[in-house]
Amino acid sequence: MRPDAGTTPRTWRKPPFIANPLLRYGLWLAVIVYLVWAFGSLSFNWERIAEGLPRAARIFGGGFPPSFERWGLLATGFKESFQIAILATLLGVALSIPFAVMAAKNVAPKPVYLLGRAVIIVSRSFHPVIVAILFVAAVGFGPLAGILTLTLYSIGFVGKLLAEEIEEIDWGQVEAMRAAGAGYFATLLYAVFPQILPRQVGLSMYQLDSNLRASAVVGIVGAGGIGGTLMNAFGRYDYDFAFAILLMIIVVILISEGISGWVRKKIW
Amino acid sequence: MVDQASLLTERVWQRYDRKQQLIRYAVLLVTAMVVYWAVRDIDIFWPWVWDAPNQISSLGARMWPPDPSRLAVITSALLETVHIATLATALTIFIALPVSYIAAQNTTPNRACLWLGRFILVASRSVNTIIWALLFVAVFGPGVLAGILAIVCRSVGFIGKLMGEAIEEIDRRPVEAMEATGASKAKVILYAIVPQVMPAFFAIVILRWDINIRESTVLGLVGAGGIGVILQGSIDTFAWPTVATILIAIILLVLIGEAITGLLRRKVL
Amino acid sequence: MLEISKLVKRYGRDEPVLKELDLTVEGSSVVSIVGASGAGKSTMLRCINRLVEPTSGSIKLNGTELVNLKGRELRHARRKIGMVFQGFNLIDRLTVMENVLSGRLGYVNLYQAYARRFPQADIERAFQLMERVGIAHYANKRADELSGGERQRVGVVRALMQEPEILLADEPTASLDPRTSEQIMMLLQSLAQELSLPVLINIHNVAQAKTYTERIVGLRHGKMIFDGAPADFNKDALDAIYGGIESPDDEAAFEPGRQEHGVSHDAT
Repeated sequence: MRPDAGTTPRTWRKPPFIANPLLRYGLWLAVIVYLVWAFGSLSFNWERIAEGLPRAARIFGGGFPPSFERWGLLATGFKESFQIAILATLLGVALSIPFAVMAAKNVAPKPVYLLGRAVIIVSRSFHPVIVAILFVAAVGFGPLAGILTLTLYSIGFVGKLLAEEIEEIDWGQVEAMRAAGAGYFATLLYAVFPQILPRQVGLSMYQLDSNLRASAVVGIVGAGGIGGTLMNAFGRYDYDFAFAILLMIIVVILISEGISGWVRKKIW
Repeated sequence: MVDQASLLTERVWQRYDRKQQLIRYAVLLVTAMVVYWAVRDIDIFWPWVWDAPNQISSLGARMWPPDPSRLAVITSALLETVHIATLATALTIFIALPVSYIAAQNTTPNRACLWLGRFILVASRSVNTIIWALLFVAVFGPGVLAGILAIVCRSVGFIGKLMGEAIEEIDRRPVEAMEATGASKAKVILYAIVPQVMPAFFAIVILRWDINIRESTVLGLVGAGGIGVILQGSIDTFAWPTVATILIAIILLVLIGEAITGLLRRKVL
Repeated sequence: MLEISKLVKRYGRDEPVLKELDLTVEGSSVVSIVGASGAGKSTMLRCINRLVEPTSGSIKLNGTELVNLKGRELRHARRKIGMVFQGFNLIDRLTVMENVLSGRLGYVNLYQAYARRFPQADIERAFQLMERVGIAHYANKRADELSGGERQRVGVVRALMQEPEILLADEPTASLDPRTSEQIMMLLQSLAQELSLPVLINIHNVAQAKTYTERIVGLRHGKMIFDGAPADFNKDALDAIYGGIESPDDEAAFEPGRQEHGVSHDAT
């Protein structure tokens, strides 16, 4: 060990994540300013909030134990949610294929591509609840609005994933079909679809599960299904029934997640 | 003598063999039956279905042209939405990290904690943000607090689950080395686990913030603050051109959010 | 002084991996432990610092019984035992300096650890040790940017930062190329001398064991079957330990050190 030469002690500090000190402190400052601004601009009704804990006690007290008395309503609500989910998935997945083809840079001409991309982006920008409200305003309360909403939702979700898949296919197969003289649609059928369809089944199952969850929610704004039942229960302060509905929603979602996971594993 | 001609006529090509064909038919049949039942049984007034395109386009017509007169209110509501999403995401981190720690098989102190952690994450993920919002509005009244709490409750499950998976996938060898130096559990986590999960952490939080922006737009529909309140108000008063403006504003917000998250991902990861 | 007596390690109901092992290491000798894979070398080493829990038996380091320690006492005992790993076990995303300083984690408090504010004496010692092994210029480099030999040096420095009473090395050169592994063995030998430190090295390169260590302990199926000077370790001993298993490093005739002496800036 070399002897200490008696020089000034060496220091070391950990090199900071952001090297530029101006940027680093600037960022901290920005965060603090933001927090102050955000909290300042939000308004809280403290009196009402203070009532919260006793209210919560009342609600949970009222909600417990959950009451399955009106299980008939529960069953009808879920049945409708299933129906909405099934039909929306079917329609959505079916429609997503043409839209995905339109939105894939490598198989669609430019104007068509832009249109397809636009449709998919718009479908994804809006939360299904907003879309549900609009459809309810257009076609009235009930499962029709729900189906239309979730179809759009499915097109957006599945369509985007499918479009990305199509953009990543092995181009050699398409070339082979073209070289053999196949037309546009025949090429699609033989070269493109076989490459994307296996995933399609998995995606559809995932979307079915997704739509089932979403159908519980769009019902809250009147688009049918168990969500509507839940809203009614809340509105009537029927907290024990509401709690029962919530529990069933969780159970159904868990089961559906389990089934769709199992099915996807089987066909992977 | 071998009869070549008849041999040739025996060969048939089928895309699927017998068993596969049966399975395909069975699945098709079941699906068809389910769909048929769904269509017959559903509580839809079919004339409305055929009228739907008409209705939708007439609604679209009523929304055009978009009305910019309430832009100031809309902008401040949009800002409120962003605040809800951002503050809630930040708050979630403090809750989700400890939960993810106990929900990860390699770091959980004991089985009971593991199940507790997993339960919290599953419950959080299974209840939709809006339902949480409904609950909190009932408890704390309408306002942004209900919205923030709703987003927090839903995000804990998302961030917690993904962080738990990140923790389970770390390289155990640095952990072993740190334990061998006599470091306490906290210091082992600090030096061996935290650096390994940092990239995943940033990616997950950025992603969830993006999703939360979208979720926050609808909280107001049940009274939990943000642009949704203005939206609901405009719909209730049939002010369709204003609704159109709000929708355009929401698209812009989502696009800006995507741009910011894209930028953050490039810079940080 | 390390005293291991009647050490047994058994997993479940299987055959014990270590069968009543006795070993005493006095003063500051460099001891190598050889044996085929599965002989129990790694298990024995890890029993000393309790990374593996012994089933029964006693391990005493300078009079302190290690087998029963828990919690804080165990951590205090571990501080005194430095370990060098086959896979280096560095924290890849942290700098070399942080990795080296992490050897002091048993001595600093949580705040110091978090803020990387280690005592000046630790930093000074870190620099001295890093210069001694030739990696001081890498202080602020990320650990995963270093070569294998350099990483192992970081591992060695980290272990030495603990100011240990004994150094354990679990196949420290198994992941290194032949030339680098010679360098590391030379380093361990000279450091042991300079610091008057007892060193236990698991190794399966018998030639290196003979060249760089003063005593060879041979394990087979969890029992010690050889304990003596390298000079006495002959072909019979080799066969007894490896039982005719062709060890890839079975080069009793190979003379280490007789290679081209290229000058590299990190040779020790």
